[in-house]
Amino acid sequence: MYRYDEFDHDFVQARVAEFSDQVQRRLAGEITEDQFRPLRLMNGVYLQLHAYMLRIAVPYGTLNGKQLRMLGHIARKYDKGYGHFTTRQNIQFNWPALSDIPAILADLASVEMHAIQTSGNCIRNVTADHFAGAAADEVADPRPYAEILRQWSSVHPEFSFLPRKFKIAVTGAERDRAAIQTHDIGLHLKKNAAGELGFAVYIGGGQGRTPMVARKIRDFLPEADLLSYCTAILRVYNLYGRRDNKYKARIKILVHETGVEEITRQVEAEWLELKDAELKLPEADIRAIEAYFAPPVLAGRPEGDQAVKLARLDSKGFSEWLDQNVVTHRHPDYAAVTISLKGIGEVPGDASDSQMEAIADIAEKYGFDELRVSHEQNLILPHVARADLKAVYDALVGIGLATANSNLISDIIACPGLDYCALATARSIPIAQEISQRFASLERQREIGELKLKISGCINACGHHHVGHIGILGVEKKGSELYQVTLGGSADENTSVGEIIGRGFSSEEITDAIEQIVETYLGLRLDPQEKFIDAYRRVGPAPFKEALYAGEAKAA
Amino acid sequence: MKILTANRLTDGIAVWYADGGWAETVDHADLAHDKAAEDRLEATGAKAYAANEVVDVNLIDAEVVNGVVQPVRLREKIRAAGPTIRNDLGKQAARAA
Repeated sequence: MYRYDEFDHDFVQARVAEFSDQVQRRLAGEITEDQFRPLRLMNGVYLQLHAYMLRIAVPYGTLNGKQLRMLGHIARKYDKGYGHFTTRQNIQFNWPALSDIPAILADLASVEMHAIQTSGNCIRNVTADHFAGAAADEVADPRPYAEILRQWSSVHPEFSFLPRKFKIAVTGAERDRAAIQTHDIGLHLKKNAAGELGFAVYIGGGQGRTPMVARKIRDFLPEADLLSYCTAILRVYNLYGRRDNKYKARIKILVHETGVEEITRQVEAEWLELKDAELKLPEADIRAIEAYFAPPVLAGRPEGDQAVKLARLDSKGFSEWLDQNVVTHRHPDYAAVTISLKGIGEVPGDASDSQMEAIADIAEKYGFDELRVSHEQNLILPHVARADLKAVYDALVGIGLATANSNLISDIIACPGLDYCALATARSIPIAQEISQRFASLERQREIGELKLKISGCINACGHHHVGHIGILGVEKKGSELYQVTLGGSADENTSVGEIIGRGFSSEEITDAIEQIVETYLGLRLDPQEKFIDAYRRVGPAPFKEALYAGEAKAA
Repeated sequence: MKILTANRLTDGIAVWYADGGWAETVDHADLAHDKAAEDRLEATGAKAYAANEVVDVNLIDAEVVNGVVQPVRLREKIRAAGPTIRNDLGKQAARAA
């Protein structure tokens, strides 16, 4: 994985020193909250309901054991024994004292981590496919490009005060696991007919109160032009993006209001000025960054087939976990493992200090010291020999993290909601917990098949409800929590925004409503291979509306 | 009825104005029964904010239930108790201990 060079070390250390000084001056009363707020936000420090919150960047979701162990240490020493992995592949701590944050940042810097640009109207953490470097279906590892973008965007003087925040995601496979079409810029790394690497470029995707699917503005951008083209996009946005209205300030609104043809013309015109200048990436530089991401040397472990076969016979739990949480690796003797942070009835995305330390141990022992955070709030071991899968499973059972529910209905994305968040209008986590408990039976979940359920506790949509096959949005109505349901959303290569199905449900009704939707799907699917999203796209909302609301219409 | 709430600058912990200082629980927060009292609380909050004791100062609706002050809105109830999903965290944890 990427290792800091001298410049990176100095940069992060300098920032720790600078922000520590700012914190000291704030605590001493030398600067006001109005002066301090933008400074703390630039360093990932929010004020939430109960306390400050610190959001730490996990660049493109890649971590090693030492780093995860440090996160466990921070959870134990400075927080309340746990952390929350987020949909932007970051981690948040919910209870740090402001006075402890300089020490936390110093600890983070010691393992090449930081909280820079995890907030504010700048280019945020660049996210990537969590199976990058391991997936059997990828053209190339997208992370070197994410790293190039990270270096370019860190304290970029021109793009540190954008109209609004700006999010970039990169995938290296046709099958999009990074939700690139819901980002301000989505990059799909691919090869052209000549076998050269480049990107399909999407812009203007986003969720929030105005969800939009990104539009493709270029089918193939040569890799050397990555920074000049992104600069052109950002320049057009920085110049024309609206600053008069926070709710209309994202690039998606600009793309929508300008029209995709016109904005493409503007970007291309800007790019013509830039493309052959200093932003052109030298081949040697790209390959040098790529070298940091060289995959571990994967020795042949052909005994894995037999080992897996035997272990399957021995343990039903292992067999189910293998079917659900283990995916094909580009090397036939290896696999990529999803560690579900969605235990039945647990808080989606939360991991305790001791779990983090134990996972770090597992990664070091069986996973070439590599870990990923997925945007679906799980952790990934990208390279595990099939021969070691049973040992990994047993270790995960030991820490309560072997739930075999990846991509099933209980693998729920949920934002922190009103239990923690100052912006939330309703709780998300208890709804996720209740639905997870209702569908606790793994047999039933497997019968239902792939179903992505996503919950947000306010219209800002951190829980990605717009792109859930089933989405739930919590709002406050007349002093109570009310949950609106959307159906038909999706965040893959066929991204779509879900449609509101009808009136919302109270917290007491919502789980029943979800169950009714699922039962309706089971009743109308053509066969068990027809997934929920495919069935919904075939039949539309009518049967679901009928199931949920027909009784009311008759009563009225 | 209104009460005055904020988060303490140093650690961000939720606090309520009670009996001349900032209390860590809402139970005995000073109640404002009329506009004049609300104005006094607001002035107290503004002063504490200016003195860098607290941040995010707000007057919120409250009621008295069984002799104890309680916020009215769910958001403020959760601030006063802690996350509803983790009874071991927040103010409720200390209460249970």
